[in-house]
Amino acid sequence: MTENNNKSRREFLLSGLLATAAVAGCTDKNNPFSTEENVALSGEKVKLLSVNGEVIEIDKAFLKPIPDLPHLSNSEERTGIPGKKFVMVIDLSRCKNLRKCQSACNHMHEVHPGQNWIKVLSMQDGEHTAPYWQPTTCMHCDEPPCVKVCPVDATFKREDGIVLIDANRCIGCRFCMAACPYSTRVFNWEEPVLTKEVEEQPYSCESSMPQKKGTVGKCDFCPDMTRQGKLPHCVSACPNGVFMFGDMNEDSVTNGAETFRFSDLIRDKAGYRLMEDLGTKPRVYYLPPVNRNFPYESGLENSDDKKVKS
Amino acid sequence: MQSSTSLTAEQITRDLLPQKFGRRGKIWVAILVTLCLIGAFAYYRQLRYGLVVTHMRDYVSWGIYISNFVFFVAISLVGSLITAIFRLANVKWSTPLTRIAEIIALSAIVFASLIIIVDMGRPERFMNLFLHGRIQSPILWDVIVISTYFFISALLLYFPLLPDFKILLQFKEKTGKMLNRLYRFQGSFWKGTKDQFRISDRSINILCIVIIPVAFCIHTVTSWLFATTYRPGWDSTNFGAYFISGAFLVGAGGVVVAMYVFRRAYHLEKYITEMHFEKMGRMVVLLALLYLYFNVNEYLVPAFKMKKPEEEHLTQLFAGEYAPLFWFAILVGMLLPILILLFKKGRKPLPVFIAGVMVVIGAWFKRYLIVTPTLLHPLLPMQNVPDSFKHYFPSWEEWAIAMGSLAGALLIITLFARIYPIIPIHETITEKNEQNENK
Repeated sequence: MTENNNKSRREFLLSGLLATAAVAGCTDKNNPFSTEENVALSGEKVKLLSVNGEVIEIDKAFLKPIPDLPHLSNSEERTGIPGKKFVMVIDLSRCKNLRKCQSACNHMHEVHPGQNWIKVLSMQDGEHTAPYWQPTTCMHCDEPPCVKVCPVDATFKREDGIVLIDANRCIGCRFCMAACPYSTRVFNWEEPVLTKEVEEQPYSCESSMPQKKGTVGKCDFCPDMTRQGKLPHCVSACPNGVFMFGDMNEDSVTNGAETFRFSDLIRDKAGYRLMEDLGTKPRVYYLPPVNRNFPYESGLENSDDKKVKS
Repeated sequence: MQSSTSLTAEQITRDLLPQKFGRRGKIWVAILVTLCLIGAFAYYRQLRYGLVVTHMRDYVSWGIYISNFVFFVAISLVGSLITAIFRLANVKWSTPLTRIAEIIALSAIVFASLIIIVDMGRPERFMNLFLHGRIQSPILWDVIVISTYFFISALLLYFPLLPDFKILLQFKEKTGKMLNRLYRFQGSFWKGTKDQFRISDRSINILCIVIIPVAFCIHTVTSWLFATTYRPGWDSTNFGAYFISGAFLVGAGGVVVAMYVFRRAYHLEKYITEMHFEKMGRMVVLLALLYLYFNVNEYLVPAFKMKKPEEEHLTQLFAGEYAPLFWFAILVGMLLPILILLFKKGRKPLPVFIAGVMVVIGAWFKRYLIVTPTLLHPLLPMQNVPDSFKHYFPSWEEWAIAMGSLAGALLIITLFARIYPIIPIHETITEKNEQNENK
């Protein structure tokens, strides 16, 4: 179980908490502390909060990591998380092209070197208008052109608003790549370079892992993270809080540090979506680059194309 | 109809029986087979290493496989033009050309399907199209209409062959044992009774009517693979008609070339006469003018407005990286053939053949220009990508596979002409008899 050893401390404690909750529900007959388990006491005590709200103390040896979330069926992955309508807000006034979002995303999804799911573009709308940095994810459109053209239902729209790819079904025709006006999709032109650990895990549309040769990949809004109540990797990786992620049904979005009422944020800061005229109805909103935290030029040092071009 | 009226049935039969390959024929077949084998080896490499062996990348995600596919679908439309449209319009002179047109159509449509499988990242999942097919996707429409077109074309090739089998079976010594057995397997049930002719004629008539809308569908749907997207250069309501007019042009060009080659190789001067070149030459002029008209619509209207996404695309075509190829396709694919064929002297066999070759080559590059430059001009800027993403020139594997598929299509046509009479024997005899009676 090397996988579990890598889990963060927070997660470890969280799992301990859940284990305690399970313990509290047990009857005497089914006592988890019975000698049957032969737990060697470590002598180190851990304080935990029980379901009744009391602080209790148990030996650390009783803490057991609970296994990962149960494996989802393909149809569950295609339906989505019930009751959710995911939405993202990207605040352009906070972006200075640090590309932490990109590197976190590439790392967590083991994106092929040279390819990116998130692109931070240097934009300039007109000749005398101000340049700005624009991180671009998949727009998770409500009228997704990619889903319309897919011949085999390999890319699909879920009830929670997310557009995903089933790499086990994709035939690699790349029609979706031609259809996407945001050029968000990438293709696994060769056998993906994966760590052994990822290679061995079963494929899931929600984690988009392990990626497969000859199929299309793209930003997936990290539903594997949201299922665990966590934020997508790009959101938590950005030190400037550019990305805000949330649920439209709850009308709230958060970047981890701050939480906003989605409708207020969009109204007060005049949020907009990309290429509204195409009718694709993206689920990603942008806040215009006004009252910026950083000057545009401060982002140039991270740019590969030093010359600014729109 | 200068000399041909005096031909007897025996003479016609003797002239039109399939002939063994000569020295040139053998060399020709060897070259085609070699090209096919090189293509097959390149495809083996692609299967092994993935599409990375091509020079397609995330932005140019469709390359010469797709343009070659469009080319094949385009050229296959000619079957419906010469066989069906001419037949329904009661054009009599086209009889010797029908089988040539139909075998071009059939071999092209076979290789169109093959090349689209070559383009797939996961060809082994081809069955997903049927297991999980979504009827909303234009690709599925293409699968449906192309397979329909294949079967109708095959039947339109087969039914007129039936009376010829009966004739062929009488020449066992000449055709050889193997072929005799093949003919018997394919057509021994044909006795040539009045009833059989009635059924066959009726079937051919029905097929001729049905194939026209299906032919329009295959190329319109192919154009929709592009026109249903938002990209500059593809996002056009003109695309269906533009593709169809171009398809008839390249198909007619292909038939003209094949006419000339078969006429020379099999000494068919009495059957494919100068009159045929004269008439097909006129046909090509008409179709080239039509295609030119749609090109004017396709390029000049957006160029008048120069909307921002179109601007870069159009300047690249008119005066940028793709300008030489663009003007080559316009000049060689349309303008020069029109100039040659407008004059009576230009409609002699050799100049018509040259114009036909120009049309076909121009058309192949035209398809390349329709597919690739558009993908280099996405709506959001292409930034921070490796240099290889910003340009596209096919890798040797892509060239080998594309050329191999063209060679394969030519090989099918060549072998067909070796096995079956490339000019319908029975129909030619009947027509000659009718002409003699009318005199």
